[in-house]
Amino acid sequence: MLATLSQLALRDVRLAWRRPADTLGATLFFIVAGSLFPLAVGPDPALLLAIGPGVLWVCALLGILLSLHRPFTQDHDNGALEQLLVSPHPLPLLVGVKLAAHWFSACLPLILASPVLALQFGLPPQAIGVLVLSLLLGTPTLALVGGLGAALTLGLRGGALLPLLVLPLYVPVLIFGAGAVSATHAGLGAGPQLSLLGACLCLAILLCPWSASAALRVALD
Amino acid sequence: MRPADVPLPMLAASGLRSPRGGPEGQRPVDFDLHRGQLLHVQGANGSGKTSLLRMLAGLLRPLAGALHSEGQDVRRDPAAYFARVAFLGHANGLCGELTALENVRYALHVAGTPQSDEAIAAALHRWRLEGCLHLPASRLSQGQGRRLAIAAVALGGKPLWLLDEPDAGLDAASLDQLWRALDAHLDAGGAAVLASHRAPGTAASRTQTLNMDDYADAGYAVSVGAA
Repeated sequence: MLATLSQLALRDVRLAWRRPADTLGATLFFIVAGSLFPLAVGPDPALLLAIGPGVLWVCALLGILLSLHRPFTQDHDNGALEQLLVSPHPLPLLVGVKLAAHWFSACLPLILASPVLALQFGLPPQAIGVLVLSLLLGTPTLALVGGLGAALTLGLRGGALLPLLVLPLYVPVLIFGAGAVSATHAGLGAGPQLSLLGACLCLAILLCPWSASAALRVALD
Repeated sequence: MRPADVPLPMLAASGLRSPRGGPEGQRPVDFDLHRGQLLHVQGANGSGKTSLLRMLAGLLRPLAGALHSEGQDVRRDPAAYFARVAFLGHANGLCGELTALENVRYALHVAGTPQSDEAIAAALHRWRLEGCLHLPASRLSQGQGRRLAIAAVALGGKPLWLLDEPDAGLDAASLDQLWRALDAHLDAGGAAVLASHRAPGTAASRTQTLNMDDYADAGYAVSVGAA
């Protein structure tokens, strides 16, 4: 069982590695879009510091949105998803591992790039630390909820439905994530926001793999 | 009532109705498939062969009817049923960026029947795919891809095979090998459902035929007797 799950994770990470343009798209979008703001707003340090947390979180969220369709679409086209559904192993577990592998290959590079981007906004070191921490806690939720959205919209033509479906669900994570960074450099503790992000993650882990696998069964019915 | 000493059928469909084709679905399908038997599903394009196989694989929910495997309703314990069933659809389930070996290794893990790399290499050798072992699947021809998928099913060694047009794109030698693999599978006490436009090259004595065209024309259910 564990060997199967690690094979599944390894396969998806390997696939992502062999398709770098697809995988690093989220990170590159995050870097480019985030760098546009200091250029557009001007070099006023106070203003940049004020908008920094929100801008970084929105750019990260949009970057992740770009890569959401990835875990299921191609497997759907080549028939590998069918094989996943007729596997004797519990489907929610397989879907959960797939989404975890997706987070690892698409979101982790983005988190690693975030401190560099934060420097452009002049965030103090402590706020950068909280930014990384909030992204580490928040992006898995985004990947899980996004996976549910991708499963629900699988096989539909036109890519506008997935963002419309998923973005409202991203709002709490965005508010708590950006709020954690803002609170830190306002001198307040980021504890409450980070706890809420953790709670969101627990809820997503509990619900998303199950509902995503149910959605996949319906999509292939 | 069934006499006690008669073994339960590997797969038994009773009144199985597909949701595809017409507002009230297709006419109910009944069959018993025992160990060592092959069910050949034939019929015109669009007659419901693929829908039937997807229903048997648990991918498509039937409108009505039940499916029993060795006396157990498959909906009661899908995991136990999936552990006995290998399904090969129209798509081969191969990922173009992964090599043949990686694809088969992964497919066997997902199917719950993991095998060592040596066993996979030996099986690919038997299917004349040894040269493709470390080749990305996107570089395989259509027939080679099909052969690779069939080799993965055969290697898994599950007792019930559901094959949807496995002969598509195969050359004469591969076709011959497919029939031999099916014969060996039936000899070993397995059973198979095969949707194909071609008559299977397995022994006629253990082949039942299910003609899906009958279900489109006839106003009653046609039952297929055990051969």
